Amino acid sequence: MKTFNYHSTKDVKEATKLASSSSAFLAGGMTTLPSMKLGLASYKDIIDIKRIKKLSGIKVSGKTVTIGATTKHAEVAHSKEVKKAIPSLAALAEGIGDPQVRNRGTIGGSIANNDPSADYPSACIALNATIHTNNRKVSAEKFFTGMFETSLKKGELIEAVEFQVPEKSCYKKYPNPASRYAIVGVYVAKHKSAVNVAVTGAKSCVYNDENISGALSKSFSSSALDNVKISSSGMNSDVHASADYRANMVKIFAKKAVEAC
Amino acid sequence: MKKINLEVNGKKVSKEVADHTVLSVFLREVLNLTGTHVGCDTSQCGACVVHVDGKSIKSCTALAADLDGSKVTTIEGLVKNGKMHPMQEAFKKEHGLQCGFCTPGMVMSAIDLLNHKKNPSDKEIRDWLEGNICRCTGYQNIVAAVKEAATKM
Repeated sequence: MKTFNYHSTKDVKEATKLASSSSAFLAGGMTTLPSMKLGLASYKDIIDIKRIKKLSGIKVSGKTVTIGATTKHAEVAHSKEVKKAIPSLAALAEGIGDPQVRNRGTIGGSIANNDPSADYPSACIALNATIHTNNRKVSAEKFFTGMFETSLKKGELIEAVEFQVPEKSCYKKYPNPASRYAIVGVYVAKHKSAVNVAVTGAKSCVYNDENISGALSKSFSSSALDNVKISSSGMNSDVHASADYRANMVKIFAKKAVEAC
Repeated sequence: MKKINLEVNGKKVSKEVADHTVLSVFLREVLNLTGTHVGCDTSQCGACVVHVDGKSIKSCTALAADLDGSKVTTIEGLVKNGKMHPMQEAFKKEHGLQCGFCTPGMVMSAIDLLNHKKNPSDKEIRDWLEGNICRCTGYQNIVAAVKEAATKM
């Protein structure tokens, strides 16, 4: 790994003041550090935000669950409050990577990285999340802009993610057996006004499948998807799964998710 | 360089480290605690698992500078008064190792499991050891060892 200057920061102001075009914020480091070790990324300054108290913690109100950016996956997975309010969200966190990744990795880091196969971005889309940064609030829909791309500006820091509590929801994924990243993951959430079907792993960026959500809005049952056709156009095709296979898995995992809701 | 203060296996340690030193390198090359192994060095294989403040983490993917003030336990810290930890005894009894390279990480990871789940099922053990790879593929005996240890811990 190339050398850098490590800064441990105590508050958001200090952290954002240090940020530059050659810096990165460090939370769990579960992607940042391996990327740096592999030479895929290098930075002059690493700004550790783990010791900023206000960035960690879980708050549940009647209609929302707000999770601080540096809250670890294990904390979300084991939170009694999250399990009660949005059980599918706790289950998603429990399925990320392995126990050691869950003991270090954070929700803010996951969504800032926006890996096309990551789990949390699908939760943000399905649960109409609002991303709170140090200077604005962004809807999940506008936050994820492309492969490993978000609408975060240089030096902008995620502070928390606010999820809307759905009537019912479920996340089902077909994990890569080695990494546990989603080959395909489908997060179905039924809200009062609409049904969201967030798909991860299938394309270059998480998306809401409008064909499936449209069918489920009319009738919330797995049989409502029998005649829905999923196009493989724009789907990832790699050593793990072809585009056609992924398209088929999107439908199958959407059905599984609906059945388990 | 950063000055860090840690407690490693119950002993206070105060050292200067380069900012980009990862914990596995710090343990092995600065403290000479070579029981912690480095396999893939990309946080997949789990040979480098240690405990930080009671929780298992992969030491190849944590900066030493970022752990200032933490309590670290490595495989060397498990022996008490010359007696092996029940998990180590169980790995010996059940022959839960072949070449032994993955063993320190397996043992540290499995102890973390039993610390919060007293009698895990085979599935729970296998799910938990997701991040620990044994390239001898000796998983049957590793699972048997964790079950054996569960009766002693």
